[in-house]
Amino acid sequence: MFGYYLDLALRSLKRHRMLTGLMVLAIALGIGASMTMLTVLHVLSGDPIPGRSAQLYYPQLDPQDLKGMTSSKEPPDQVTLIDGQNLLRAKRADRQALMTGGSVPLMPEQSMLDPFYVEARYTSADFFPMFEAPFLYGTGWTAADDDAHARDVVIARSLNDKLFQGANSVGRSVRLAGVSWRIVGVLDKWQPNPHFYDLNTGSFAYAEQVFLPLQTMLELRLDRNGSSDCWGNSGGGAAGILPMDGCVWLQFWVELDTPAKAAAYKDFLLRYSQDQKTAGRFQRAPNVRLRNVMQWLDYNMVVPDDVRLQTGLAFGFLLVCLVNTVGLMLAKFMRRAGELGVRRALGASRRALFAQLLMEAGVVGLVGGVGGLLLAMFGLWLVRQRPSDYAALAHLDPAMLYATFVLSLCATLLAGLLPAWRACQIAPALQLKSN
Amino acid sequence: MIMEIRPIFASMRKHMIPATLIVLEIALACAVLCNAVFMISQRVSDIHLPNAIDEQSLVTVTLRGTDDKLAGSDVPRNLAALRGIAGVQSAAVISTLPLSTNNWGWSFGTKPESTITDQSTTNVSLFFVGPGIDKTLGLRVVQGRFFNDDDYANSSLGSAPLPETHAVVLTKSLVEKMWPGQPALGKTMYTTGHYYTVVGVMADVLRPNIGGQNYSTAFFPLGAAGSKGVQAYYVMHCDPQDRDRIVREAELKLATINPGAVAKGQTYSEIRTKYFANMSSMAWMLVLVCVVMLAVTAFGIVGLTSFWVNQRRRQIGVRRAVGATRGHIMRYFQTENFLLSTAGVVFGMALAFGINAYLMQHYELNRMPWYYLPCGAIALWVIGQLSVFGPARRAAAVPPVVATRSA
Repeated sequence: MFGYYLDLALRSLKRHRMLTGLMVLAIALGIGASMTMLTVLHVLSGDPIPGRSAQLYYPQLDPQDLKGMTSSKEPPDQVTLIDGQNLLRAKRADRQALMTGGSVPLMPEQSMLDPFYVEARYTSADFFPMFEAPFLYGTGWTAADDDAHARDVVIARSLNDKLFQGANSVGRSVRLAGVSWRIVGVLDKWQPNPHFYDLNTGSFAYAEQVFLPLQTMLELRLDRNGSSDCWGNSGGGAAGILPMDGCVWLQFWVELDTPAKAAAYKDFLLRYSQDQKTAGRFQRAPNVRLRNVMQWLDYNMVVPDDVRLQTGLAFGFLLVCLVNTVGLMLAKFMRRAGELGVRRALGASRRALFAQLLMEAGVVGLVGGVGGLLLAMFGLWLVRQRPSDYAALAHLDPAMLYATFVLSLCATLLAGLLPAWRACQIAPALQLKSN
Repeated sequence: MIMEIRPIFASMRKHMIPATLIVLEIALACAVLCNAVFMISQRVSDIHLPNAIDEQSLVTVTLRGTDDKLAGSDVPRNLAALRGIAGVQSAAVISTLPLSTNNWGWSFGTKPESTITDQSTTNVSLFFVGPGIDKTLGLRVVQGRFFNDDDYANSSLGSAPLPETHAVVLTKSLVEKMWPGQPALGKTMYTTGHYYTVVGVMADVLRPNIGGQNYSTAFFPLGAAGSKGVQAYYVMHCDPQDRDRIVREAELKLATINPGAVAKGQTYSEIRTKYFANMSSMAWMLVLVCVVMLAVTAFGIVGLTSFWVNQRRRQIGVRRAVGATRGHIMRYFQTENFLLSTAGVVFGMALAFGINAYLMQHYELNRMPWYYLPCGAIALWVIGQLSVFGPARRAAAVPPVVATRSA
């Protein structure tokens, strides 16, 4: 039966090339536009660290004075240096890392290279195992190195390629900010998207080239950038001046392997806040949050509003295309009233006719899906040509490829329902007589 | 005309489904079109925000990695070298530029007790400017004066991130916000530990990051000696056609005389284009969607009307046979389309308004001005009439003899 209906559908579609073409085009355009935007949305709202995002948490405390810097009930998005150091030393989580970003000048030893700036992350030892940063050579530094203010550096593969032509550079040194640092590790290509552990750097397509111990950075007062929010009379953060105690400017991440540990850690944060309040450092009632990676990205609305708007618009467009297809299909099916009347008169049930017409709609959907796929690939190519920071990430993955066909098929079958039902209402006798 | 409308309604009642589909399609298209065009216009007006500096004549080189303690001697030496480049009309240093995304914000109040966290304060972008910046940027001072040599010499950065000076020049928009309806010259703005007196008012200069208050910009004098090296932007004024050459030469020159530092040059136009890159790509995307959507709508109307004409060939033949002219037939289909479009447009306008209200609630979007709705309506009327023209002509070409053939 299936084969027969398919044959009938193909014959009928071939007979009205113009109408068929219009239907396929409308479906393809609608699918193409909406899949382009859906793919961008899908890529942007993806999990930056699959498999571990549920175990990584971002604790937030509220150290502000009673006036505060924000009127919202949420605690600040970052921690102060004092709280960060306290939580880091408390070691209450399976792993923990305190960090901030910056950029440092690099003076290459090779004379043919001019000095240049590299993006830096100042952090602590657990950073690498916690975020599963892949090492090409060597390893990260240890907690003991943190305490000793070691001048150790982990560099990214791209920088290793540039300075050492990809050779194993562990043990060699590099001059950063006028100081010599020992290379202890080289990271393989690693760029979590979005850049979840510090969203102040720009969320997408950002990767640091050097990783330096935070404690050493504090000692040397290296330049930092990113956001710092202050309250009271605090300020700072100008060239070489670190933000004062009344400023939040560091990110603190913890790894908690089980929900029970997460609950316990939240209790610890509450107790810590209470202790700080008793000691007079905090003025507000304990106000803490403990979000995991995906919750943190959600809370920060990492997906640009523009992308959401465009996706909505693309679906509006798909809807217009579908209504259009419904109309065209109706025109097509009704035009064949005579043929359908003959089939009815020869004994085909309404159900059989309905199936036959839906098969026709399905074929249009499939062909439209192929067209839509090509258009979506073209659309994504256009997106990649744009200078947006997320542009380079816009690629079609297998899941979206599959989704394209499902969406296209479902959409056309849905669009075919009404015309097919309408066409099945034809009274066979009337049609036979008028011919 | 009235005579013609009644049979049209009668025929529409018999073809409810296709008529409803056309109305629905036009309504959806109208709603999406109005909102998309409104979004485009918002982006375009942002992209073209005026900025009272000579954008087309500016070139800048950022220099980072110099020794902050030597800024007092380095900056004048670097500026002298830049002024020596052929075509450079003037050069000066500044801590940031409009739309550079390098923002340094601070909140000020109009009363001495204002603190940084007070509700009644205004957030302002701070620009620390060196001597000659007014001429180099092409600033227009509309009231009072710009900084003099004493202002520059007496200002420095201490341990706080605010300059130790008492002179400030604000934009026109900012003084209107802080002291509405009052003369601003001589007024003082306060923050904890510091206060600044307005010595001049300049035409509106954009902030490093826009959004909300686009022109809350304050210029503070800062001499090179006390600058701690925060004035990393070297700005040059030149003829627009010399810009590309001067960028290269200036970058090379600063890199040569400051070994170990990093010099990066660009024209001001590049900074502006980069800042608005995302917005302009969104605008282009929306334009593309609108054009394609209108084309699809037009095809849909053509398809449905053609089908309709075909179905009614006999009726048309009869009408022709009893004396209707070709014009009458044409007008019949055109009127029919007009009525359907009108119904669609009415629903569409309501829908457009609803979508706009929803977007306003969930995204940072303004209310759509009322005139978008009639404009969208007219656009769809025109498209409807254009797409019905072909099928209507074919209908008019149906010969009266069709009526005599047995159906």
